[in-house]
Amino acid sequence: MTVTTQPEVTKAEKAAVSQSVAKIALVGNPNSGKTSLFNQLTGLNQKVGNFPGVTVDKKTGYSQLTPNLRAEIIDLPGTYSLYPKSLDERVITDLLYDPASNYYPDLVIVTADASNLKRNLLLFTQLSDLKIPAVLALNMVDVAEQEGVKIDIPALQRELGVPVIPMNARKGIGVAALKIVMTQQLEASASSFFEIPLELIPLLQSIKERFSLNNDYLALHYAHQYKNLRFLSESDVAWLEKATEENGFKSNTLQANETIERYTRINELLLDVVRVEKATKDEKFSNRLDQVLTHRVFGYLIFFTILFLIFQAIFAWASYPMDLIDEGIAGLNGLIQSNFSGPLVNLLTEGVIAGLGGVLVFVPQIAILFAFIAILEETGYMARVTFMMDKIMRKFGLNGKSVVPLISGVACAVPAVMSARTIENWKDRMITIFVTPLMSCSARIPVYTVLIALVVPEKYYLGFLNLQGLVLMGLYLIGFLAAIFSALLLKVILKARERSYFIMEFPVYKMPRWKNVGLTIVEKSKTFVLEAGKVIVAISIILWVLASYGPGNSFEIAEQRAVAEARQANLNETQTENLIASHQLESSYAGIIGRTMEPVIRPLGYDWKIGIALLTSFAAREVFVGTMSTIYSIGEEENVSTIKDKLMAEKDENGDPFFTPARGFSLMIFYLFAMQCVSTLAIVRRETKSWMWPLAQLLYMSGLAYVMAYITYNIFS
Amino acid sequence: MVRKTVEDTEGRKSVRDLKIGESGVICCLQDPEMGLKLLEMGCIPGTEVKMNSRAPFGDPVTIIVNDYTLSLRLDEAETILLKQ
Repeated sequence: MTVTTQPEVTKAEKAAVSQSVAKIALVGNPNSGKTSLFNQLTGLNQKVGNFPGVTVDKKTGYSQLTPNLRAEIIDLPGTYSLYPKSLDERVITDLLYDPASNYYPDLVIVTADASNLKRNLLLFTQLSDLKIPAVLALNMVDVAEQEGVKIDIPALQRELGVPVIPMNARKGIGVAALKIVMTQQLEASASSFFEIPLELIPLLQSIKERFSLNNDYLALHYAHQYKNLRFLSESDVAWLEKATEENGFKSNTLQANETIERYTRINELLLDVVRVEKATKDEKFSNRLDQVLTHRVFGYLIFFTILFLIFQAIFAWASYPMDLIDEGIAGLNGLIQSNFSGPLVNLLTEGVIAGLGGVLVFVPQIAILFAFIAILEETGYMARVTFMMDKIMRKFGLNGKSVVPLISGVACAVPAVMSARTIENWKDRMITIFVTPLMSCSARIPVYTVLIALVVPEKYYLGFLNLQGLVLMGLYLIGFLAAIFSALLLKVILKARERSYFIMEFPVYKMPRWKNVGLTIVEKSKTFVLEAGKVIVAISIILWVLASYGPGNSFEIAEQRAVAEARQANLNETQTENLIASHQLESSYAGIIGRTMEPVIRPLGYDWKIGIALLTSFAAREVFVGTMSTIYSIGEEENVSTIKDKLMAEKDENGDPFFTPARGFSLMIFYLFAMQCVSTLAIVRRETKSWMWPLAQLLYMSGLAYVMAYITYNIFS
Repeated sequence: MVRKTVEDTEGRKSVRDLKIGESGVICCLQDPEMGLKLLEMGCIPGTEVKMNSRAPFGDPVTIIVNDYTLSLRLDEAETILLKQ
């Protein structure tokens, strides 16, 4: 079983142990059970970091092999061959082709799906020819046997020249045996699976000399892939370019011939190893299920039902833990404020804790959404969704695989933008990244709910259709339409760099592995809290300072004026305090900024107070509710009903309610379109490796927001 | 082997032309670049392919090759030529 705790060792032993940590890389085809095996080996003892310089997540974990021996396991992205086709896969070549790297593994575990051995062995033979010590973790042997595929393990072991461990990673069978093998000193396989063409030998010889390599096949990969190997210097690349050119090196043809030769070799060696016992193959269960789940009518019906259920769950289930978090934060603030006082306490309660609460409150929704997405991916259903949607999405310049980022965008654009990495095609990927933030993310929910409660009456149609709920759904729909029509626009503008393709394995349906789902939830929620949390807390503090201080003695003047007004109007103590606070806010730095921008936002129906909220929201939309509550002087209270009451009580210059439907809808539309999220901009910069994309997003979305909000305001007023 | 020329492929039967349930044997891959990806996925000349299903709007399709299901678009299927 997985050992997640460290055994008790003395200090001296600890030092010795820490030096004998073996580095083990986990490689395999997608859907070959690699993630399950990683989770079995490391349990909760894993962390997600980054490979230096690239954005691909580097998942590492520790596995206790024996009481004295720990191994560091690196989980590499799934791939079909060592010739990378997508960004994710390049990590593998960066890691395995640089023997001088700190991450260079001592051992590679290759996972292979026993029911699809032929294709899985292609990657294995390539790795084996690199002469890295390897183990083959032959996964799902029991499933293959049920399907009538019998594998002679000793024979396979003989043919491959490395230990072969039959296992079922989902159930944890074979993990113990694998751990024992991992403790042994393993040699690279002596067999070779590919004859390098003779005419290449002189070229490979000179590559080996220049980079002091001792393996022909590795040198061959340098010749194929020098343009994409990040550890090579510019002069190295130039040298390789010249050397391959002089040699007449034809990368495409050579790769094709290599793959064909490897498959021929694999077919030969499998002749004696695999016996297919069932003469007639019955139609697989997965294919029968597909007839319903990808049916032209039921397929879409089922998909939209599932989406509907997810939305219901996000709103209905999440509301209980969210209320608890809200109350907990308010309670904590109350407790602090009743026991301590002073500017630092105000900074802590109104700035830091209120800001933190604004982050934590979204965790339930994000956790639920990612649970669903993980389940859809685990079961293999997501592949069917991309399959069904590809033709429609392509019309809008997207790709079937864009469905995943777009759906994830409803929770949070940050992980959604990251999930666009599986799209191999540059243009499709850029368009997906560009339009994903237009999907209404969970940070917009508090803005929508406050404003809807304010301007939309709580009415029911047909007994169950709630008007407020319908408006909310309408906002999501507008976001989706904005995303796909923006994609259409970009499809025309952007030039394609390479052809888009959709060659993808259709995984068989499986029951989700709950452990994997659980780990995904923990990991994504943690990332959200840490990434978004930093920004929101910082903004909350800055806002608090800007709203609490003004130039010179403007605060004293504001207070005197408020006190005078209060005396005249015969206000009680609390009302006087509120009046003082709101006058002080007006003369604070934040107030001055709001006043300055008022002329720009007046056409949309906004005043300087909303201006401050808009400004602070440019860092993160969630801040809106907090800012509004600060501005309308109800202290740190996050309770929506009181914010609503306060906003309802707000009067315009004629004494009529300030928040008319026109203003409310104009604000909702503004928040729907505007790019108000520093975290998203940062992640887009990281993912696209350029400032051009996040800047274009900022200008496009905010410009759209202004125009749309202007139109909305004028329609409703 | 991977063919580099497009000429004289008119009228040749490709995976695109297969009806659901119909099989054929791969002869060659017409597109060198995409061919690499298809080869890695097991679409090797001489291998049998079977048309398995079509997406609701007819495109993409799934084929069965080497006992597993592969999905691809029609214009990708068109580059996999079959033996007559």
